[in-house]
Amino acid sequence: MKRYQFLFEELVSRDFKIKYKRTVLGMGWSVLSPLLQLLVMSLVFGQFFAHDQPHYTIYLFCGNLVFSYYKDSTATGMRSLMDNRGIISKINVPKYMFLLSKNVSALINFGLTLCVFFLFVAIDGIAFSPRFLMLLYPIACLIVFNIGVGLVLSALFVFFRDINYLYDVFTLLLNYCSAIFYTVDRFPGWVQTALLCNPVYCYIKYFRIIVLDGDIPSLPYHLLCLFYAVVMVLIGGWIYKKNNHKFLYYM
Amino acid sequence: MAIIKANGVSIRYITGDFKDIGLKEYVVRRLQGKYQVKEFWADKNVTFALERGDMLGIIGTNGAGKSTLLKAVSGIMVPTKGNMEINGSVAALLELASGFDGELTVRENTYLRGAMLGYTRKFMDEKYDEIIAFAELKDFQERPFKQLSSGMKSRLAFSIACLVSPDILILDEVLSVGDGAFRKKSGNKMKEILASGVTGILVSHSISQVRELCNKILWLDHGAQIGFTDEVTLYCDAYEEFLQTRKLPHNRQDVEQLAEDFARRCEEEKHQKQMTQTQKLETLLESSDTEAAVAASLALLKEKRPELLRDANA
Repeated sequence: MKRYQFLFEELVSRDFKIKYKRTVLGMGWSVLSPLLQLLVMSLVFGQFFAHDQPHYTIYLFCGNLVFSYYKDSTATGMRSLMDNRGIISKINVPKYMFLLSKNVSALINFGLTLCVFFLFVAIDGIAFSPRFLMLLYPIACLIVFNIGVGLVLSALFVFFRDINYLYDVFTLLLNYCSAIFYTVDRFPGWVQTALLCNPVYCYIKYFRIIVLDGDIPSLPYHLLCLFYAVVMVLIGGWIYKKNNHKFLYYM
Repeated sequence: MAIIKANGVSIRYITGDFKDIGLKEYVVRRLQGKYQVKEFWADKNVTFALERGDMLGIIGTNGAGKSTLLKAVSGIMVPTKGNMEINGSVAALLELASGFDGELTVRENTYLRGAMLGYTRKFMDEKYDEIIAFAELKDFQERPFKQLSSGMKSRLAFSIACLVSPDILILDEVLSVGDGAFRKKSGNKMKEILASGVTGILVSHSISQVRELCNKILWLDHGAQIGFTDEVTLYCDAYEEFLQTRKLPHNRQDVEQLAEDFARRCEEEKHQKQMTQTQKLETLLESSDTEAAVAASLALLKEKRPELLRDANA
């Protein structure tokens, strides 16, 4: 791993420069964009759900925060192999490096948005507590989970070039199934359980339990979060291992 | 101990119209039974071994499987059959200028490329100025890479890969980079590196370059190995004759025959050239233009019998 540290740093700095070089607002925009989205959503959906759910803006923000990170990380991760095909077909470097470096950019964005999130939490009058440190757990799971999904998608994208369109549709569906703007209390119990099959929803719910409910999720819930992350990264790793030398034929 | 050892290396490519198709198209074709993947062997049972300090020249026409073999040596591809033993670090110069990022500056690209070739940051810090100086890009360091001419790009790539000391150097058509002056400089650099005991593989369409630099020859044709030998002159002669006649040798006798034919052809051509020169002179003499005739005679004498002229002067 140490052998590739320099490469990793250079790739991260390259992805970062390319991403922000041409925009006036630069990194500011990537924080501003989810905030504007939050504003629109709270204006629209606040009408319907705000009286069911105290601190509705924070409720919404939890969903947006996690989901934007997931979307950003996987959508950019998907292209990581194809974007670097010129390099992959000429030099023997571990291919997952390209995905990881894209993930770092997304993670930095997430970190910035997370700071704004805590600012909002404070403004909304929710008291900070040591319990908040528990949030590191779903974040860690989410990072691993996103890498796993990124591995799968980037491999698929090499084989099938229309995956990105299909994935857009899938992301939209996933968005509606993640209870980002609606509350789940009104649904029957089995629907609420079924929602837990959606890993992104699980991570969002973890955030809400900690921040809004002032509670700590159960041990099985922790295991569920971990399970999704580990399974995803194992599947992705397996695909990469199996196709490591096959990618080249498709590029 | 062999630095590079290829034991019966065969590499299979898959081709067909599966590239750039989407999932939807794939499913439809699968259902219609129209999905076809063809296989073809880019290299068939190639065997060779290189010791430290060897310089292997791979010769063969287009599509002979040279570049594919190089990809196997550099570890980008794995042999479908057989195996490849590599003992040492490999610096590959495969189609140099690709893989750079147009948006980044020259400096950033240099570091990135260095990182990809497996060097450390400290090493790059030390070598950076030298690389830029060698590539003659001192005034372009902060320019976006896309603003550079293709010659400049190749120069940079060559400089990065050469100003390091790999154990194994792979050169795929890279010695014809840049303008005349740079080509000379890079040729000299190459010789310097080779003299330092590096093991190298050279793919070049310039046979004179192969003759000059290599001490071993691997001749491939459509993936098949025609020969692996250290008789550089014999095989290069035979190959050049093959390029003319397209007669593929099947055994050693064929190779020697080809080489002989080549020698004869060279002799004939030389003879032919002399004949035309003499003919030209005769025509001049007949046309009784004294000045021109004298000039031509002198030129011929200078070339053929310079000692006569010296005697005459004395």
